[in-house]
Order: sequence, then structure tokens, then C-alpha cells
Amino acid sequence: MILIVTFLVIAMLAAAVSAYFFHDLLSAVIASCMVSLIAAALFFFLHAPDVAMAEASIGAALVTTVFVIAIRRTKRYEE
Amino acid sequence: MRKIIGIILLIIIAWGIITSLQKMPFGTSRAKVADHYINKGKEETGAANIVTSVVVSYRSFDTLGEVTILFLATIGLGVVLTTIKRKEDRDTEKASLILSTGCKFLFPLILLFGAYIFIYGHLTPGGGFQGGAIIASAFVLMYLGCYKEKRINETGSILSESLGGLVFVIIGLIGLAVGTHYFLNNFMPKGEFNTLLSAGIIPIIYIAIGFKVGSELSKIIDLLMEES
Repeated sequence: MILIVTFLVIAMLAAAVSAYFFHDLLSAVIASCMVSLIAAALFFFLHAPDVAMAEASIGAALVTTVFVIAIRRTKRYEE
Repeated sequence: MRKIIGIILLIIIAWGIITSLQKMPFGTSRAKVADHYINKGKEETGAANIVTSVVVSYRSFDTLGEVTILFLATIGLGVVLTTIKRKEDRDTEKASLILSTGCKFLFPLILLFGAYIFIYGHLTPGGGFQGGAIIASAFVLMYLGCYKEKRINETGSILSESLGGLVFVIIGLIGLAVGTHYFLNNFMPKGEFNTLLSAGIIPIIYIAIGFKVGSELSKIIDLLMEES
């Protein structure tokens, strides 16, 4: 159990840091989506399924969609 | 100069967070109101899910505020986006048959799951907001798979949105009129514990919130997709 949580936290940190360093904004959005997904899994392990559900559906699905639409309207690569 | 100011501000914020967290003991129950919710919540509201009993019964006035904020955000987005001049249609490639068929197959299943989440909100984890967000993600899938053919029905979306809000407020006002006279008072019979028809007005309000949040969030996606 503690091993799974440790792995998830490390993966979450790696995704967050890579979202900062990516110059391709689409990859950065997918990395932040991964942060939300892992946060949902961690909420579930902390016995908060209500919050996990909201995080998975809003943080991972809808926010990612809104960001992808915004990237489509603007530029994909950071200068 | 700006970096130095930023670092100083970060240090001040970190110091504030550390000192305030040190004052709070971790893992012990100090708040009496939380103990009351955990121990008495089931008898007083009749909902098996304690989170639901807090969100829709003890703190339902806050929930009304949240729903209003979401409503205003949708209206604001609609106003901002309709003033922007619409672009001409870009020639987008049609999705492949496998993708569009898969989306059409999954769409009703995701809708059913979202409806289950908010109808059973007082028994299992989840509720109106989560169910509404899941329903909106079903619409996102549909828009990604077959955008050209399938769109949200404008009048249906407006109707379900306004009916959801109206049901919420009217049930709250009925609670003000009968019984113990406070807003969103649970005036209906609590029923048998842990069954679908229990907990009085909680399932009705959660169904209304589910419809409202689902139509609002899918309307936001519809507006953004239309403009892109």
C-alpha cells in the first residue's frame, strides 16, 4: 500500500515538473492532466471517493478539453 | 529586483503556512461540528453518505451559492464568446468510422453512469456535481468523435438548466413555509434508511443539481468548440 502511494506521488511530481519544462504546450496540458488523474487516485486511497470523482471528471477531463481548445485557437509551441 | 521580491513573498507565505499548520494537531478531532456531522448525520438527515448529508442538508445554502456561481460563469462565457466575431468554417477532416461508432456506443453508457452517480448520491459516493461533470464529459466525447453530425439541442439544454435551478429554489422555499421554517428544511418523510427512496428532499435536490450542472458544463464545452 505505502509502496503504491509512494510510486504515485513520485509520478505526480515528475508529471508536474515536466509540465513546467515542456515547450510543446499540448504535451504540457497532457502532463497536467496526468497530475489530476494521479491526484484522483490518491484521493481514493485517502478514503475520499467523492473528491476523487470530482477531480477525475473535472480536473482530468473537462479542464484538459478547455486547455486543448485554447491551444487550438492560439499557438502550440512556446517561444 | 522582481525575482528578489518574489522570493521574499514566497518565504513570507511559507512561514505563515508552517506556523499556522504547527498550531493544528494532525489526526485528532478538535472541531465539535465535524463530530456532530459524523455521529448524528445519519439520524438527522437519513442519508447514508455523510458527505451528501453535509452538502445538501447542513450546508445546502452554500450549495445554492456554488450552483449560482457556475450559472454566472456560464452566462459570462456565453456573453464574451458571442461578441467575438465568428471564424469561417475550417475544413476539418471527418473522424474515422471506428472512432465515431465507438463514441456513439459509449455515449449512452457514460450518460447512464452520470445519472446513477447523482440519483444514488445519498447512498454511494458522488452527487450532483460529480454526476453533472461525468455527463458533460460524455458530451465532450461525442463532440470529439462526431462534431459535424451531433450537437446539443439548444432548447433542451436551456430547459433542463432552468428547471434544475427552479426545482432547487422552489423546494427550498417550500421548506421555508412548512415545518421548522428554515430554508431547505427537510420536510419530506425520511423513509427507510439506506434505500433509494429515503432521506426526504436530498435525492430530489441532487437530481436537480445533476441536471443543472450537466447542462451548464456541456454548454460551456459547446460554446468553446463552436468558436474554435
